[in-house]
Amino acid sequence: MSFRIVVLAKQVPDTRNVGKDAMKADGTINRAALPAIFNPEDLNALEMAIQMKEKIKDAEVVVLTMGPSRASEIIREAMYRGADGGYLVSDMKFAGADTLATSYTLSMALKKLQPFQVLISGRQAIDGDTAQVGPQTAEKLNMPQITYAEELVDITEKDVTVKRRLERGVETVKSPLPCLVTVHGSAQECRPRHAVRVMKYKYAATPSEAQQRGSDYTEWFSQHPYLQIGEWTAADLDAEPERLGLSGSPTKVKKVDNVVLAHKEASVMPATDEAIDTLIQELMATHVIG
Amino acid sequence: MNFYSDNEALAFHLHHPGMKKCVDMKERGYAEKDQYDYAPRDFEDAMDNYDKVMEIIGDISANVLAANAEEVDHQGPSVENYRVRYADGTRMNHEKLTQAGVYGIALPRTYGGLNFSMVPYVMAAEIVSRADAGFANIWGLQDCAETIYEFASEEIKREFLPRIHQGATCSMDLTEPDAGSDLQAVQLKATYDEKRQLWMLNGVKRFITNGDAEIKLVLARSEEGTRDGRGLSYFVHDKAWGGVKVRRIENKMGIKGSPTCELVFENAPAKLIGDRKMGLIKYVMTLMNGARLGVGAQSVGLSEAAYREALKYAGEREQFGQAIIKFPAVYEMLAMMRAKTDATRTLLYETSRQVDVSKSYAVLVNEGEKLTPEQRADMKLAQRNADMLTPILKMFSSEYANQNAYDAIQVHGGTGFMKDFPVERLYRDARILTIYEGTSQLQVVAAIRHILNGNLGKYIEELAAHPVKADFAHLTTQLKAMTETLAAAIEQVKGMGSDELIDFHARRLVEIGGHIVMGYLLVQDADRCDCFRKSAEVFIQFSRCEVEKHAAYIRTFVPENIDLYK
Repeated sequence: MSFRIVVLAKQVPDTRNVGKDAMKADGTINRAALPAIFNPEDLNALEMAIQMKEKIKDAEVVVLTMGPSRASEIIREAMYRGADGGYLVSDMKFAGADTLATSYTLSMALKKLQPFQVLISGRQAIDGDTAQVGPQTAEKLNMPQITYAEELVDITEKDVTVKRRLERGVETVKSPLPCLVTVHGSAQECRPRHAVRVMKYKYAATPSEAQQRGSDYTEWFSQHPYLQIGEWTAADLDAEPERLGLSGSPTKVKKVDNVVLAHKEASVMPATDEAIDTLIQELMATHVIG
Repeated sequence: MNFYSDNEALAFHLHHPGMKKCVDMKERGYAEKDQYDYAPRDFEDAMDNYDKVMEIIGDISANVLAANAEEVDHQGPSVENYRVRYADGTRMNHEKLTQAGVYGIALPRTYGGLNFSMVPYVMAAEIVSRADAGFANIWGLQDCAETIYEFASEEIKREFLPRIHQGATCSMDLTEPDAGSDLQAVQLKATYDEKRQLWMLNGVKRFITNGDAEIKLVLARSEEGTRDGRGLSYFVHDKAWGGVKVRRIENKMGIKGSPTCELVFENAPAKLIGDRKMGLIKYVMTLMNGARLGVGAQSVGLSEAAYREALKYAGEREQFGQAIIKFPAVYEMLAMMRAKTDATRTLLYETSRQVDVSKSYAVLVNEGEKLTPEQRADMKLAQRNADMLTPILKMFSSEYANQNAYDAIQVHGGTGFMKDFPVERLYRDARILTIYEGTSQLQVVAAIRHILNGNLGKYIEELAAHPVKADFAHLTTQLKAMTETLAAAIEQVKGMGSDELIDFHARRLVEIGGHIVMGYLLVQDADRCDCFRKSAEVFIQFSRCEVEKHAAYIRTFVPENIDLYK
């Protein structure tokens, strides 16, 4: 494969369906109470990556994720929808990483995947909402970046053209490759799992998962290279230990407050033309409209 | 939401003990695993594939099809420049299912299919129908591929079948203005063009579901001067060849998303499927049985949707200080809806297994394999059971789907009459189910001979011989009594001495037989899972009275009085 597209993806707690057990008493997320899902905007990114692959001859889509061992679930999920393979970066030494340490770890893993032409990810993950990991990773790899991508306009072996969703409109930009693209949630929804791909890839596993499944499986696994999900630890990445995990993370959460959103004062106005005029003028004065 | 995993009855039927035989026959030693990287290694692997693909269909059905259903019902398809334009939601539904690679679910892998057994194929249709019974037609017409696979030449198979998985839509063009239930009257003309080495079709077809499809199977008169079914042949037409115009689409009461077309064929090229003159008497009859199984799935899916809507509303709506589900008049309706749904569903999958085994044998025979005498007997039995159960299923499931949709509105009261709730759409969609692919009255015609010649009796004996736990003895005792009632009723009707009187009472006999069959199947289900105990009890309580009613009618009927009905 001469043209490689790497999707950065993350397994996140499903914060969209938050119940009362979502937070622990100490203010951290209670991951056990929330199902782990494919970060939604990373799915948009995966869709765009697959669209890129469809336009370039001999392209491949590879997913890279950092997380605990069960994060291999999202690599399989991506394979069911169109990715060709993936790598899980997993080590206790990565625990507690903020965006700086995460982007450092990912950049070291990406060096092992070079040469790649496109690095693509969701704009942000729903658990942290920082939107920093993609851009920080690109900076470390010295790559141009296109953020807030909404639509793939064109891709060739040399450059990519993308529409960006901005606050007040749409901007079309072109960048040479390699380049980072971060994808906005308004981009096309990811295609569903493909039946044939599910049947083909359902036994895909990391080497540690394969070992746990017993000897009958190990043979099958070794005979079918497409089932092998890459697995890297800190030692595989050639990384500086102090830049990983908690020690590589300057961000410290000092305190988490529980905020109860309360009603602000409401005003009631009569349904008359004068009252509506007054309201409109008020809204224009505060720049809500106009 | 997922319409497969939120309904435990589906996995229950998918994992029926009878599946081992079905899947083993379909996969033939699991030999394709070395040829296709998605072929199963063994039975468990195949079942796991089925589960996973049902989950995909359940996901798309719940989150795309069901979400689009109301809008599709309102917008409907339209005709522009003699072509059908689907409602936006219909297009989206079809696109998602195509992207998911689930079309061609039962076709062999060599033609781009998934090579699934009939059971998950039919189950997919049930799941889709629960979401949108109208869309289920567009989905279900992939059944045409089965006909091509079974009867067309290898060249035609290679030309058309791989396109199914890619999302090519299908239609079966049978009926005409003067040929509805009586297809022998088909007049659309097929003439052979020596120069082009193709058949040319000319004439009009009417009431053609999804009539602007890419791949069309057309019943036409190839033998000039003939007037009956023996002059009809079956053809395949590719939309890309041109020659077919959509003159109009019908404005229907229900299943509005499914375009029902009037078509004009003007020198439309076509290729012959199989042998001349076999169109109606062999190929369409086979296709029709598949389509009836499809309507069975559609009916059960719609019943499930109606039951769930009614159950939800009855739990939420309060009157006289409590939820209306607390009132006997309401909970009885709900229990009956559930029992009828469970009863027809178990019959649906029993029929599917019989069809599956019979089709797998047919493939062996087609490929010239020599069957042992035991295999031959087993094949005959499966074919006979499939032919017998299909019309019984079609009649009961479609009639019950209508009753369930009716009751779902009744549970909603005045609210259900409004367009604000989906039950009124279900009610309209259900109405066609007892009519198309053969009316209920014609299902009786297809089923009655199996009752009179003792086939059904033998099948019931087999069901009765199946061992169940002792605590179901009170139910099997009742079923045995019903079986005796059936035998007596058959003798009485035969003794009346005229074919007209047999026709007159046929429906009553078929209904008695159907109740006994569904009763036994429900007891077997309850024996495997306690979750069906209530439905088994409720249904058999109901069956006893239905059987008694029909038997009393026959017993007390004075044969001369038939003239009063004329």
